[in-house]
Amino acid sequence: MDFDLSEDQRLLQDSVSRLLGDKYGFENRKAYLKTPEGWSAEMWAAYAELGLLGLPFAEAEGGFGGGAEETMLVAEQMGRHITLEPWFTTVVLGGGFLRHGASAAQRAGIVPKLAEGKLKLAFAATEKQSRYDLFDIATTATKDGAGWVLNGAKGMVVHGDSADIFVVTARTAGGQRDHSGIGVFLVDAKAPGVAVKGFGTVDGQRAAQVAFSGVKLGADAVLGDAEGGLPLVDRVVDEAIAALAAEAVGAMEAAHVMTLDYLKTRQQFGRTIGSFQALQHRSADMMVALEQARSMAFFGTMSAQDADPVARRKHMAAVKVQIGRSARFVGQQTVQLHGGIAMTMEYAAGHYFKRLTANDGSFGDADHWVRVLTESGGLVAAA
Amino acid sequence: MDLRWTDAEKAFREEVRGFINANLPAATRERMKMGKSPTKAQVVEWQQILNKRGWAAPEWPVEHGGPGWTTAQRYIFREELMLAPAPSPLGFNINMCGPVIIAFGNKEQKEKFLPRMLNLDDWWCQGFSEPGAGSDLAGLKTRAVKEGDFWIVNGQKTWTTLAQHADWIFLLVRTDPNAKKQEGISFLLVDMKTPGITVRPIITIEGGHEVNEVFFDDVKVPAENLVGTENRGWDCAKYLLGNERFGQARVGASRERIARLKKIAAETWDNGKPLTQDIGFMTKVTEIEVELQALEMTVMRVIATAMKNPGSNKPDPTTSVLKIKGTEIQQGVSELLMKAAGPYAWVDGDPDMEGGTDQVVAEDPDIAPDWAFGLAGVYFNWRKQSIYGGSNEIQRNIMAKAFLGL
Repeated sequence: MDFDLSEDQRLLQDSVSRLLGDKYGFENRKAYLKTPEGWSAEMWAAYAELGLLGLPFAEAEGGFGGGAEETMLVAEQMGRHITLEPWFTTVVLGGGFLRHGASAAQRAGIVPKLAEGKLKLAFAATEKQSRYDLFDIATTATKDGAGWVLNGAKGMVVHGDSADIFVVTARTAGGQRDHSGIGVFLVDAKAPGVAVKGFGTVDGQRAAQVAFSGVKLGADAVLGDAEGGLPLVDRVVDEAIAALAAEAVGAMEAAHVMTLDYLKTRQQFGRTIGSFQALQHRSADMMVALEQARSMAFFGTMSAQDADPVARRKHMAAVKVQIGRSARFVGQQTVQLHGGIAMTMEYAAGHYFKRLTANDGSFGDADHWVRVLTESGGLVAAA
Repeated sequence: MDLRWTDAEKAFREEVRGFINANLPAATRERMKMGKSPTKAQVVEWQQILNKRGWAAPEWPVEHGGPGWTTAQRYIFREELMLAPAPSPLGFNINMCGPVIIAFGNKEQKEKFLPRMLNLDDWWCQGFSEPGAGSDLAGLKTRAVKEGDFWIVNGQKTWTTLAQHADWIFLLVRTDPNAKKQEGISFLLVDMKTPGITVRPIITIEGGHEVNEVFFDDVKVPAENLVGTENRGWDCAKYLLGNERFGQARVGASRERIARLKKIAAETWDNGKPLTQDIGFMTKVTEIEVELQALEMTVMRVIATAMKNPGSNKPDPTTSVLKIKGTEIQQGVSELLMKAAGPYAWVDGDPDMEGGTDQVVAEDPDIAPDWAFGLAGVYFNWRKQSIYGGSNEIQRNIMAKAFLGL
């Protein structure tokens, strides 16, 4: 049991913290939001320089050689500043598929460019009917000689409008809700038949509706087993949940600190509002929610590395439930304790609330996962 | 960063579990599995078994009979006791009065009291709260006046847990009525057999006799029974209260009860199917399991911090988190256990309780399954958890002032 960071981990944390502290104040973020991309190309280059884009890849493949803990540390810093760049989608999600699903040859064509900041990925999984069930897939990939032909549409593809490559789930066999018969494919965003419609999301991120009509894919487009792709999806999503948990903790901590600062300065009735016990107790409850979330972010980072997919999924479900519950409480109370000012677009608090809300909804909210965990028997075995 | 137990810690857990399985009297385990408190005789018997093994005081220094464990080992030991379930070493002796005597007592006091505390030859109780001094403990009024070689004690203590079993009581008394609130208090050890002490039971809402009022009427206490410095007893009290780093987390105890809840739910029919298939009920169980998992990790973080800074008594905000969440979880589980029993929970069937049904009824399976007796009682009784040990509202005050800067 050791929660201490290694020297290298501390250096990584410090350098990310310094970069974002210098370049990602709330006013900077407002400016980044106004660019055509909706995020900062300059920051993207800075991430590349710092090794954050190659973070989880082996050094021999052009990466930084980081593990789950390093991802956690960076995600937490990104959460603190509610960053807008497609780091999570490219590095955690896209990177996860490359690390766990791609062949060395497939990686060789992508990882070095990705690490340099010249190539971005997005995960195209959600469909109109699927909600949070990533196995519910109507998009089809049918055999075409040695390759495949892709047809269908994906929605809410986060950062889909800037992606160079989509990681797409498609049905290769069986019925729409079967757990088998699912393939995972790498699809060039510029391939004929790919149509991308970008839009903004409530938390300031970007997303896209992506349609595939008769998109021809080579034999080398598939990641791993063309009919057994779901375990790969689950594994990558479990790692993504751990990163989302860390990101939420960073955002919650920043929101809590911001709230405390406000309570110590805002005056009403001739004294600071932080002197009122009702607000003090609410702040203490925010701290309880935050500490419980921080504990579960550690637990998520540890559990996501578990080789047993059943135990891992249960643990990640628990992470999602706790993080979602805490994020909701801290987010809502950040707004409540600030009062009217937090309702304004120009003030940071509301933006943290929105990001925390969207974080909970990513890959299934707490209500979804509490059901999944309940149906799988929960965490404690009967006596 | 490595967030898992080490191999040595895992082996230690096996050793503890093996010892408990080989030595815990079956009757004690059975009784506790039913959710009941162990009897006085069972607590004494088990602590003497632990003492023979050198495990009666996990947190004490080796020179006073402690086992010399790391923080992690202490935690594992205590968790295994809760999971068994087995009685914990008596808190009044081992976690309250003992550590105060070790830290503030003189040589004679250590020699006289500590070995008997370890072996539970003396059962101690805590005389802190008074009718007018609850959350505001320093408002206590019980007086001690020096007369020759004695302190003469007059006043009243209340909520004195298990005073009816006690041989000795440790008291906070006012020795300087003119000093500021916290500054005129002393820490006094009193033999419960001293003339002038009256113990009157307080029966709590479930019918149990756990707590008492204790009256002191010209009680003569030898001067040598004062611990530490006269009028500096508040230091002892603060030390005692701050000593419990893991607060009321009791993760193992909650896990044991959730496991029992699930067994009961599997055997209980509701709406034509086992209660375990009721998604509404089971969702509530899952919500608590998740909170408990998070709490366990919070405890781990406290342990890791403690192991890095051994001997540090620095206040840690997570201690309040553990108290608040730990008690909320225990109360939540007790409520679900009662709910799982459905109508059977309402049989006032615990023969140990005042006004409870007699033993014949309690053992009559036609009236209710044996596991159902007392579940409502535990639910009612455990409302105390968010009140005692610094109420959960006091914990929030502490967090706001000490850690949030409000």
